[in-house]
Formats: sequence, structure tokens, C-alpha cells
Amino acid sequence: MRAAGIDIGSRSVKLVVLRDGKIIHSAIADTGYDPQGVARGLLDQAAWDYVLATGYGRTMAQLHFQAPTVTEIKAHARGVRHSCTDCRTVLDIGGQDTKAISLTNGGKVTKFEMNDRCAAGTGKFLEIMASNLGFPLEDFGAQALRAEEMQQISSMCTVFAESEVTSAIAKGADRREIAKGLHMSVVRRATAMLKRVSLTSEVAFTGGVARNACLLHLLREELQLEILVPDNPDMTGALGAALLAAEA
Amino acid sequence: MSDENRRMWSELGLNLRAHDQLLSVLSNAYQDIYLSQQNRPESTSYFDDVMSEIHGQRIQELMREKQQGRKIVGSYCVFVPEEIVQAANATLVGLCSGADFAEEEVEKYLPRNTCSLIKSSLGFKLGRVCPFLEGSDMIVGENTCDGKKKFYETLSDLVPNMYVMDLPQMKSQQGRQMLRSEFYRFLEAMQDLTGFQVDATALRNGIRMVNEKRKAIHRLQSLRTADPAPISGLDALLANQIFLYEDPRRFAREVHKICDELEQRIERGEGVFPANAPRILVSGCPMAVPNWKVPHIVESAGAVIVGEESCVGERGNRNTTEEEGESLEELMEAVVDRYFGIDCAIFTPNPDRTEHILDMAKRYRADGVIHYGLQFCQPYLMESFGVEKSLEDKGIPVLRLETDYSQEDSGQLQTRVEAFLELLK
Repeated sequence: MRAAGIDIGSRSVKLVVLRDGKIIHSAIADTGYDPQGVARGLLDQAAWDYVLATGYGRTMAQLHFQAPTVTEIKAHARGVRHSCTDCRTVLDIGGQDTKAISLTNGGKVTKFEMNDRCAAGTGKFLEIMASNLGFPLEDFGAQALRAEEMQQISSMCTVFAESEVTSAIAKGADRREIAKGLHMSVVRRATAMLKRVSLTSEVAFTGGVARNACLLHLLREELQLEILVPDNPDMTGALGAALLAAEA
Repeated sequence: MSDENRRMWSELGLNLRAHDQLLSVLSNAYQDIYLSQQNRPESTSYFDDVMSEIHGQRIQELMREKQQGRKIVGSYCVFVPEEIVQAANATLVGLCSGADFAEEEVEKYLPRNTCSLIKSSLGFKLGRVCPFLEGSDMIVGENTCDGKKKFYETLSDLVPNMYVMDLPQMKSQQGRQMLRSEFYRFLEAMQDLTGFQVDATALRNGIRMVNEKRKAIHRLQSLRTADPAPISGLDALLANQIFLYEDPRRFAREVHKICDELEQRIERGEGVFPANAPRILVSGCPMAVPNWKVPHIVESAGAVIVGEESCVGERGNRNTTEEEGESLEELMEAVVDRYFGIDCAIFTPNPDRTEHILDMAKRYRADGVIHYGLQFCQPYLMESFGVEKSLEDKGIPVLRLETDYSQEDSGQLQTRVEAFLELLK
């Protein structure tokens, strides 16, 4: 049997299909303005027997594809354990959500923290700031990492941070140093969340933002802990959903 | 809407157009949230009737009481002693505070970072859409949190009949003494308002009447300890909400009828949700009509709410007042004792509230607790950290939510609630 997991996120839709615990297919596409159409497109291009949906668009999937659902939190917790079998703490930074999740030895979720309505400290925040500073998003982390010093950005609110960035630019600050300061503000917020759910062992870092080298570097420095990033961190939710589908 | 209602609203000075919009939003929300529920006990049709006439028949009744010489007293808090109001030949009603209204107007008076409940209270006044408020002969404010204290200063410029009751902040002898003297001052004010001299008989009758409606809701609450729960948390919340403005005698009678039906359901092992549905206790800030947002999300996700540790819930209604005193003085002491037991977060320290939450979690066999905090409500948000720790020390999972009356965070709340239910399994 082929078990599929589809993760309908705010930024991208991810699909993973498993057979006998092996990934036989995976795909990712921008969510754009039509998550339902994009999800259907991905599902139509793959062969699978049953599907489990997660991500903020999961309810829509339930409605239109009759797919059962799990939350992103459970999906990420499961997905992480595929490659990192002992991990008990998960940090997931996606397009509009940041989550810190604490797991039991057996991998069950015991506690989680999640940002509320605002996009502070999420992928969206970094995207807006990269564009303000004239960096392509893919290059934002690498550029920030090259700065020796960093500009302090104290606000974690996207709107207020934008004004801080504007005034730093006006003062003639180096844009890489501003970028590094912005990354640090995300790390501070993520660290606070991780500490609230308790930090027990090595931390797995998932979601699209885990591809950002500067964030990973600063997080390691700040936590003084081993941070593990799965091979395809943005696929973790879809992989978790597929694993849960296979186990159902 | 009947012409009679429209005439009444117009005489009360309501903004009819805005009021029509409010009623239509309310009716749609009720339809979507309440009437869509499965397996509702039949006798809850009483709630449907009350809600459909929330600003109609009930206001007509109050206006008739006024014509017969009774006074109407409006309040925003469960610290206002209903026994004294009843004894002085007046009727107490809770005032509208459960939905955003006239938000732009409100921001001319209050800072943005004021909780939804206070903003709503002012919005209903500025928008002229609360017939309870417009029909009140006296509006009683109480010094609970700083936000409410300062809000009553604003409100007193907008209404002709504001009365502010001071409240203690510590459960000390001096604190009790202060509440006692404030209740005596309130008794005087009520007598001045109605011209009715309160004696022991009148106060005893007032106490009995209020106790009767409390006993009815206590019975309802005790039936929710059954597994599967015989009534939804949404319906039980509604009972607690209308408790604050419905005719007390009719409320007691109708709630007992609902309890009769619930007892039969329990006997048959019939629940409103399947027997394995996770059981949730909600604790924290009050939810006034029509603030059904979080309970709706929780119960739509397949869990059942079995108790409310809230002013609109067990914190507000849990103790009855001793009826046995002979003299007016003895009965007044009993009233003071009853209200001094309310474990509101304005008190410091406030260990009784944590004890009560732990006790409720056990009594109602809750699998988890959701702490409901209104954004910018300092007292409850601050207590939520200690409450969370006390519960987790006992192995009870907790989800702390912080939200307001808007719907924009529904998606995120839904994810958090569903993830919380997943971890309870």
C-alpha cells in the first residue's frame, strides 16, 4: 500500500508518498492563491492509495478530498522521528507559524508552544525583511552570516522591525549587519519558545526556514546544543503525515 | 421583529439600524453555533426561546416591572450582590459585553491595549445597542482590575446613573471589613433608589430567590460529571450566561426541567458526544453572550467541555448564601461571607482559585484544562503561568490560550486546540 501525506502550508504545499517505509515520491509547489488547486495538482501527479492531510489547509483537504487530518504539530513530531529517532525537542519555523514541541522518549507530543496571530519570528518575517534590504530570500542567510558584527533589532513585530530597519539604513548601517540582527531577533523568539516547552536533548529544526544557514548558526551559538536539520526540512510535515497514514 | 419591540427600543433611545444589524449577527451566530449541534437535549429549546427574545420579551418584562414601580440595576460583575438588589425591590441584570461593537468610537476613549470585554462594554454604550443598559435605573461598576476602574470613569460621563463599588484586593480581615462596609453603602444606595426599606424578611427572601437559581445551576453542573457528558459545554455556558439576566424564578424552573431530562439521559448512558470524547475544563476570563468562540472551536474538534472555572461559570455561581440569620445584620454578614469567597484574580495572593481549578479538574474528570485569557487582561494572564504549573505538577495537561473577540485568529486557535486534543489521546 502507498501512504501519502500532504502538508498544505501558507507558503508551499508538500507531498510525500511512502511504500514499506521508503519514500517513493515527493513534490513541493508554491501555495499561491489556490491551495486547493495546487494540492489537487500534486495529488493527481502521484500514485497513492490513501492520504492524510496536515497544515493550515488541512480542513479544506478534508472537505474536498475526504482526507482525514492531523495537526502540523503531530505531523512534525512524527516526521522528525524518521531521521532523528531520539529527538525530544522540535523547532519548526514555517511560512506563518513558529512551533516549539516537546516529545516523550516514545515520540508522543507532551507540550507545545505556537505563535499566535502575528507573523513575528516566522518565515514571512524573514521574507519581508530580505526584500526590504534588497537580498534574494535564498541568499539572505548566507549574506547575514558574512557580517562580523550585528545591528541590534529589538522588535520582533514585523511592522515595528521594519521601522527599526529603516532607521538603521538611514544611519548608514551595513545591510549585512542589519540582516544578522534580524536573524538574531528570530532566534531569540524561538529560544524563548523552546525554553517554555523545556529543552531536553538535541533539537531538531524543521520547516523551510531551517535551510537558512545564519539562523542555524545563531541558534547553535545561543542554545549551545546540537541542532539537527533533516535532509529536506520543509518536507518534515508531509513525511510525518505519510508515516501516520501508513501506521493508521 | 414586532412593532411593539421596535417602539420600545426607540423609546429606550437605541440606534435602531445598528441594533438590527447586531440582532442579525447574533441570530446567525446562534444558528451556526448552537442550532447546528447534534444530540442536544430537547429541553434546551428553552435556551433558544430566551436567546431569540434576548432584547425583546425579556426587555418588555423589565419595562413592565418598571411600570409597577420596581427598579432595574445593571452590572458588569459577579461581585454585585443580587440578594441586596432583590431585597430592595429591584431586578439585577448583567450588561452587554461579549462582542466587538463601534470599535472606532471606542478607541476615542480607550487605548487599543484594553481587553475586549471592557472595549465591548463601552462599544455597546457608544453604539446605543444594549437595551439592558439603556433601561437601567442604576449602573453599578466595581473596582476589580485597573482597566475596569478607569473605564467606569469614562462611562460615568456617558450615563446619568453610575454607582461605583469599591472592592478589597486581599482576603484579610481588613479586606472583609471593607467589603462589608461597601455592601452596607450599597444597601443604602439601593434603598435610596427604590424608596424601599430593606428588613430581615426582605433580605431573606432575596437570598432565597437567588439561592434557588444557584441551586438549579449547581444541579446542572453536577450532572456534567457523568461520562459521557449529557449536555454540551456550549449549552452549559449558555445557561451560565443567561443566569445573569433572565428572570430568576423562570430560570430555576426551566433549568430543573433540563436537569430532569439530563438525568434520564445519564440513566440511558446517552451523551451529547461519544463516550471517548476528551473532557475539557475551561478556566480563566469570563465569556459573556455572544462570546462562544473558543468553546465552539473546542467542541467542533470533538471534545466536550465539562466545566467552566469562570465568573460566567462556577467561580461566579458556586456558593449559596446562608439563609438562617434572624436579623438584617446577621443576613448581611452571610451575604458578605458569600461574596468574599469569590476567588477573582484581582485578589493577591489568590491560592483558592488554583485549588478550585484542581478540584474541578478532578470532580469533572477532565482530561485537560484550557486556560482562556483575554488579551490584555493582566490579572488572569499573569495567574495563567502559576495555574499551568500547578496543574502540570499534578500531571494534568494544560493549554494556555490568549485571544480576543475578533475571528482573525480562529485558524491558529483551531490548530492549537486540535494539537492539544491529539496529545490527550
